[in-house]
Amino acid sequence: MDYRERIARRAALELGDGEVVNLGFGMPTAVANFIPQGVNVILQSENGCLMVGPTPKYGEHDKDLANAGGQPISLRPGASVFDSAMSFAIIRGGHVNTTILGALEVDQQGNISNWSRFKGSAKNIPGMGGGMDLCSGARKVVAILRHQDKTGNSKVLKQCALPLTGRGVVKVIVTEKAVFHASPQGLLLKEIVKDATVEELRKITDAEFTVAGDLREYRL
Amino acid sequence: MNKVTTLDKVMDKVHDGAVIGLGGFLGIGVPLGVVDKLLEKGVKDLTLIGIVNAHPFAGGNFGVAKLFKNKQIKKFICSHAGTCPEAVEQYRADELEIEYYPMGTWIEKLRAAGSGLGGVLTPTGVGTLMEEGKQKLTLNGKEYILELPLSAEIAFIKGYRADKMGNIQYRRASLNSNPVLAMAADYVVAEVDEIVEAGEIEPELVGTPSIFVDAVVRCMSFDEHQKAVTDLWTNCGQLKAVNQ
Repeated sequence: MDYRERIARRAALELGDGEVVNLGFGMPTAVANFIPQGVNVILQSENGCLMVGPTPKYGEHDKDLANAGGQPISLRPGASVFDSAMSFAIIRGGHVNTTILGALEVDQQGNISNWSRFKGSAKNIPGMGGGMDLCSGARKVVAILRHQDKTGNSKVLKQCALPLTGRGVVKVIVTEKAVFHASPQGLLLKEIVKDATVEELRKITDAEFTVAGDLREYRL
Repeated sequence: MNKVTTLDKVMDKVHDGAVIGLGGFLGIGVPLGVVDKLLEKGVKDLTLIGIVNAHPFAGGNFGVAKLFKNKQIKKFICSHAGTCPEAVEQYRADELEIEYYPMGTWIEKLRAAGSGLGGVLTPTGVGTLMEEGKQKLTLNGKEYILELPLSAEIAFIKGYRADKMGNIQYRRASLNSNPVLAMAADYVVAEVDEIVEAGEIEPELVGTPSIFVDAVVRCMSFDEHQKAVTDLWTNCGQLKAVNQ
């Protein structure tokens, strides 16, 4: 299982039955494939629909039906469509229970960075899209990211270096190696993969964290 | 009153340096005929107000990507520009200015302009670069950013059907930014798949009331539009991939 699937599977366990859920652009989109049986969520797509269904078969697709990534979608029974103002009233107004957002960096203050406007940056993600609104309005923000970048630098930091998408908003951080809960008291390590020790995790994690009394093996 | 006209006539209103709004979201609900006409007319130095950019696999050949490819845009006011490589390239080369707003802020700025509001107070972006150069207020212990109205000289929206008076009916997820953009411009052109007589659209199905719309044009039929989007999705594997 590659790291993307691992993260998506673990992140899916953060969703509760009956929740309104917004999955961000990129890796979070895959979370929809791993939602546990018995957990029924109402998926919102920020371009303007609730009750998003699976990708349609060729011939059942519709030029007027796509998700926030421009990909063809279907709608489930009970779906609704609306304009962008309504969509962001839903998001900003606290009507989304959980959002899962891809992150470039997170830190021990619960900050998340997932965009940059700086032209020289190799990590240039040109625009925040709906991410800042989701950070502002969703009741639970789950940040997902690879634990380290390609050169081995930690992406779970003491302090984000990139511009912030949301300040102090992250509740849960899921990497392919660990799960942290974030609060004003800092990061709490809740789960760790079975082939790693806490000491090994500290070596590859820039952020400081405490270890939960009920620390358990990383769930998949 | 009959607002049905031709694209050539409404294009007289678009000049070099104009501030235009284009409805649509990553290729969906985009007035494709309008884009082609803007390309043909070749107006330059446009300020473009659009919620996001082209479809990620447009390759410079679908929707708004064509205008970036042809270097007709001087400034882009959006929430995300990255799905159009041509735009990103021009931005990095200092040929394109981009003004970013969070998506929910972007739409509220337009709604404010169309609704006679002096601005909106949003908590989105507090503690981020979005605070730069803006007034902040604290109300009941919560911080907000004051965002001012945003409007266009001319807006091009995409509807499903229009009646000849200019009432617009939308369809499925192609609403996106269109109904709000239709409120926030001096002159509004609606491109639609079908044109019908006044009275044929049930009043409760009217998404944009006729008074917001100045001109109605039809460039492609429903089936032609469906084919254009189908080709886009199949060419980039988004449809084929699931059937293999």
